[in-house]
Amino acid sequence: MGRTLAEKVWEQHVVRRAEGEPDLLYIDLHLVHEVTSPQAFDGLRMAGRKVRRPDLTIATEDHNVPTVLGPISDPVSKTQVETLRKNCAEFGVRLHPMGDAGQGVVHIIGPQFGLTQPGMTIVCGDSHTSTHGAFGGIAFGIGTSEVEHVLATQTLPAYRPKTMAIEVSGELPTGVTAKDLILAIIAKIGTGGGQGYIVEYRGEAVRKLSMEGRMTVCNMSIEAGARAGMIAPDETTFEYLKGRPHAPTGAAWDAAVEYWKSLTTDADAVFDTVVEIDASTLTPFVTWGTNPGQGAPLGTAVPVPEETDDPAAARRALEYMGLTAGTPLREIAVDTVFVGSCTNGRLEDLRAAAEVLRGRKVVTRTLIVPGSMLVKLQAEQEGLHEVFKAAGAEWREAGCSMCLGMNPDTLAPGERSASTSNRNFEGRQGKGGRTHLVSPAVAAATAVTGKLTAPADLA
Amino acid sequence: MEAFTTHTGRVVPLRRSNVDTDQIIPAVWLKQVSRTGFEKGLFSAWREDPGFVLNQPAYQGASILVSGPDFGTGSSREHAVWALQQYGFRVVIAARFGDIFRNNSTKMGLLPVVLPAETVEALQSAAEADPALEVTVDLGERRVVWAGESAGFEIDDYTRWRLMEGLDDIGLTLRNADDIAAYENGRQSWLPTTV
Repeated sequence: MGRTLAEKVWEQHVVRRAEGEPDLLYIDLHLVHEVTSPQAFDGLRMAGRKVRRPDLTIATEDHNVPTVLGPISDPVSKTQVETLRKNCAEFGVRLHPMGDAGQGVVHIIGPQFGLTQPGMTIVCGDSHTSTHGAFGGIAFGIGTSEVEHVLATQTLPAYRPKTMAIEVSGELPTGVTAKDLILAIIAKIGTGGGQGYIVEYRGEAVRKLSMEGRMTVCNMSIEAGARAGMIAPDETTFEYLKGRPHAPTGAAWDAAVEYWKSLTTDADAVFDTVVEIDASTLTPFVTWGTNPGQGAPLGTAVPVPEETDDPAAARRALEYMGLTAGTPLREIAVDTVFVGSCTNGRLEDLRAAAEVLRGRKVVTRTLIVPGSMLVKLQAEQEGLHEVFKAAGAEWREAGCSMCLGMNPDTLAPGERSASTSNRNFEGRQGKGGRTHLVSPAVAAATAVTGKLTAPADLA
Repeated sequence: MEAFTTHTGRVVPLRRSNVDTDQIIPAVWLKQVSRTGFEKGLFSAWREDPGFVLNQPAYQGASILVSGPDFGTGSSREHAVWALQQYGFRVVIAARFGDIFRNNSTKMGLLPVVLPAETVEALQSAAEADPALEVTVDLGERRVVWAGESAGFEIDDYTRWRLMEGLDDIGLTLRNADDIAAYENGRQSWLPTTV
């Protein structure tokens, strides 16, 4: 019987397999940031251990960093960032600190450097590590104990998850994006629907996505509970990688591409579960509740809790969100718009927002936060920052920013946002803040009208 | 890691689904660089509500959290596990857990127990009716026992053994350092390095 893509990549990385034990899996790339690593480095120090492969490890400062120029004002955040610097210096790990041209959100910089390649295993102490699966590898988030384990051994003991295919047939209609697709998928299978699985996104609509769109889809796999999400590599992948600083060159490139082309699910492979979605039926999608599965097409209304799968959770969510069942989603007024994050902080996302904002004015506080310093530079070379500034939006430095509010970019209690990030959990963007997850295009259109809006609604 | 064999304690019934790790410990608490002091952050936003179950005197000192389904979804922050342990919990029972949270728990010796949704509800109701109810979680027998009731749960042999012995994963893996070195010798030369 044939094998799935996930099975091929997994098998390629098994260091040791023994009856009654989890596989010992080799890790090709370990991404590190300031929040989930200090206790892991401490653990190494206490045990007198080294980082086994600093040459397969890279660190950046992203979660705590301010997105306005200047030093970190919060002393606790500052200590955390300084601790990462000390640890990287002591253990010999490459670090991209604030202000460095290579700095950015951890899941933006890996692909940008060409460090994220097909068939690799990639981990990070961050659940959105699933982003990197867009290149056809197995990439997943881990906790601090496992961060320490990978630093010390470059491996992880793990049981292979089950496999799920999400088959997306048809084409996404004009104005419907990768973000709308993944929000619709999560609403369909639920926040626990992918639990215990590696998801492979397949089908015509997925093949037609750009690399950046594929990263958006894989990024939010964790919001459906999946361990990882992946997409088989193809010409789009190879085209994206070619010429990047850490991509192979010359004969090594040819050898790599030949191998990468074998990284597809065999025609006779069997998935443990198959989910089917018709992309052609989708429209812009937004969330109304406090988990990413509580979403609906923008053209619909806030649901009646009793008509949902989990009425108690829906009632609680509506109370927290200050919403009334039956209110058209387009009538929901927001105070703040956030464009950025590892979900939607890449160049194409900024272009989509700029296209909507060109020649228009925003009526909300609008933060545009590039995912990395390179994204910022590229956007400025295209003049996108001028479009944002002319519209009245704030053009910021790179970082995680309002996605999780560990830096000064937060919502005040009761404030409501339309956000291109990945989580609408209670208090995620600031205590008492209310979050609606949207695509960059919907975020920009919402900034123009002050209510949840699709670009097609604008005159 | 602290070994886990069997534990008897009282129950906190948390009747909520999708308790994500941002609720268990909000991001503002993650700025610490130490491993201690996280109990203050446990459910810190929800604890501002005097009616929240953890604030009720009857449940003080309880050590088994029984939650609705999809507990520990979202962020990979192991701080959620540290906060629960440092507050005094030894066991979390739910019908389904976020994968990363469950993994993190078993690395630290906090036992995640999966029981069917009906059993979880029965246990919650029992603890609501009698907050003094004592529940025993026996990892060796893979069984939860309370008030004449009993429910078995599944956990793989390897994880169970590791928890019962309180073993450190890194130490176990380093016993296989030769296998790791051999694997490294066979890796494709085009694979990237960060240097």
